[in-house]
Amino acid sequence: MNFTTIIGLEVHVQLNTRTKIFCGCVNKFNPDQPNTQTCPVCLGLPGSLPVINREAIHLGQMTGLALNCTITPFTKWDRKQYFYPDLPKGYQTSQFDLPLCQNGYIETFSHEGEARRVRILRAHLEEDAGKNMHDESGRGRDSQVDLNRAGTPLLEIVSQPDIRSAQEAKAILEELHLLLTYLGVSDCNMQEGSLRCDANVNLHIDTDGCSKVATPIVEVKNLNSFRSIEAAIEYEVKRQLEEFQKTGRKIGDPGVEKETRGWDMERGYTFAQRGKEEAADYRYFPCPDLVPVTTSPERIEEIRRSLPEFPAQRRARYRQEFGLSLYDASVIVNQGAGLARYFETVANLCGDAKQAANWVTQDVQRDLNDRKLTIGEFPISAELLGQLLKRIVVGDLTVKGAREVYAQLLADSDEGQTLLVDWIDAIIEEKSLKVVNDTGLLDAAITSALEDSQKAIDDYKAGKQQALGAVVGKVMKLVKGADAKVVREMLIRKIDG
Amino acid sequence: MSEALTPETVRKVARLARIQLTEADVDRFTRQLGQVLGYVEMLSELNTDGVEPLAHPLEIENVLREDEPTPSLSREAALSNSPKSDGKYFLVPQILDAG
Ligand SMILES: [Zn+2]
Repeated sequence: MNFTTIIGLEVHVQLNTRTKIFCGCVNKFNPDQPNTQTCPVCLGLPGSLPVINREAIHLGQMTGLALNCTITPFTKWDRKQYFYPDLPKGYQTSQFDLPLCQNGYIETFSHEGEARRVRILRAHLEEDAGKNMHDESGRGRDSQVDLNRAGTPLLEIVSQPDIRSAQEAKAILEELHLLLTYLGVSDCNMQEGSLRCDANVNLHIDTDGCSKVATPIVEVKNLNSFRSIEAAIEYEVKRQLEEFQKTGRKIGDPGVEKETRGWDMERGYTFAQRGKEEAADYRYFPCPDLVPVTTSPERIEEIRRSLPEFPAQRRARYRQEFGLSLYDASVIVNQGAGLARYFETVANLCGDAKQAANWVTQDVQRDLNDRKLTIGEFPISAELLGQLLKRIVVGDLTVKGAREVYAQLLADSDEGQTLLVDWIDAIIEEKSLKVVNDTGLLDAAITSALEDSQKAIDDYKAGKQQALGAVVGKVMKLVKGADAKVVREMLIRKIDG
Repeated sequence: MSEALTPETVRKVARLARIQLTEADVDRFTRQLGQVLGYVEMLSELNTDGVEPLAHPLEIENVLREDEPTPSLSREAALSNSPKSDGKYFLVPQILDAG
């Protein structure tokens, strides 16, 4: 059966302001000290009045511009009414018809450079709810409510249903995550819930080759990792296809409504969440407690000028300025702004971007993973690595020799030593790693090595290239730090006479 | 807009607001709310063509606050109005729908 998968994403991003969106309580993830970051406003006590946090507007508008949105010049606040124990006021202050940002897009690029654009319908500000903890014992104990999170500024980013596969959904979310970290507007910690994703999924099925029917739209919730978004959508596609083959239920049939399902990562399936007695009716109306926010074109341009370089721009620059492949540029940029800055410092110091890219994507990346470190915690600074690689570029060190110095630096740091730039030369000296360019010395060593290597010479002349390896080894033993490639070339010249 | 308010709508609004009504309540509120809506309906006699919708009755915009922390309540004070707590959390009857 031919079908197309239709996916739209709703992403909730906690903005990293110092304080909550409508009150001065600190905005901090603090589950160990429940109910210590609240006040009459975020508890929803009668008579309290909210005041908008300027920084929440700013971070929201920065994100909107980075997502190519129009910034709404006149934006207002609305109440979304529903009852849940983590929502003290009985309504969530949100934005309904005049969201902060509208009509943008985000793009991902394949390694072949092919672009995929997903349109952004809107991005609006709202307050987060508190957190409920349920008794898992099944003994019907009370649920606990922590309101520390209530009132945390959230930007809800809603995409158009432009995504066509689980892999694409994951790629878009990864690019959005990366963009938000480059902008610095959110911690984007999915485990702690500062980036949360819901996916709307359904299928357009070609039943008879000329007409299409749509399966009921399902909103999958609780997607709190990149792996889970991919796995949940893959599961949901299979489930909807089987369900359709069994029942033929489609959008427009009587009683068919949007369904909400949760995702269980451990067991690998989506499950129906208890259906609401009737379709959600949030009865939005304008919030009388908050006045509208206007933004002038000058202010929008001011924010636009202050935006940092985006990941997509940075990848393009690395290709142009440093001559990297799209693959190498992506590997570096996708690891975040910290690693990208590290790479740029190394590349500029050593003067060979390709060399810098190799080291950063292989050696440094490997050791970061092994040691579970961020680039900010890595003992070999960009300055140190840049100086080390410069020795390769000017011909003082082979790549192999540089690896030895690098390993020694890491070992020294493991013993608690602070690494200094002059250690590079000390280690080179100690291990006699300096490339010997003294041809007189090499000549003498080669002549001496050739004297007792008649068999190898005969074999080489008979066409066995690898016979020379033993002779190269002898020379290397005599002259520590000689470049094997140079020795080999000199040997061949001598034998071939 | 000028459709009469039905008992069915009153029951729906009550359900959404988690208010329990007796049949007598439904009758009474259908009548009373209907009168309120009828009164407000007078506004539709005005011609509002070309009039911008009003976002807020006050003619003030951009009341914003700097992102500076202010003291929060102590946990004890925060929990003090709650019908039930365990000294750390607000307690509510078990939530079945993990949504
Ligand atoms: Zn507060």
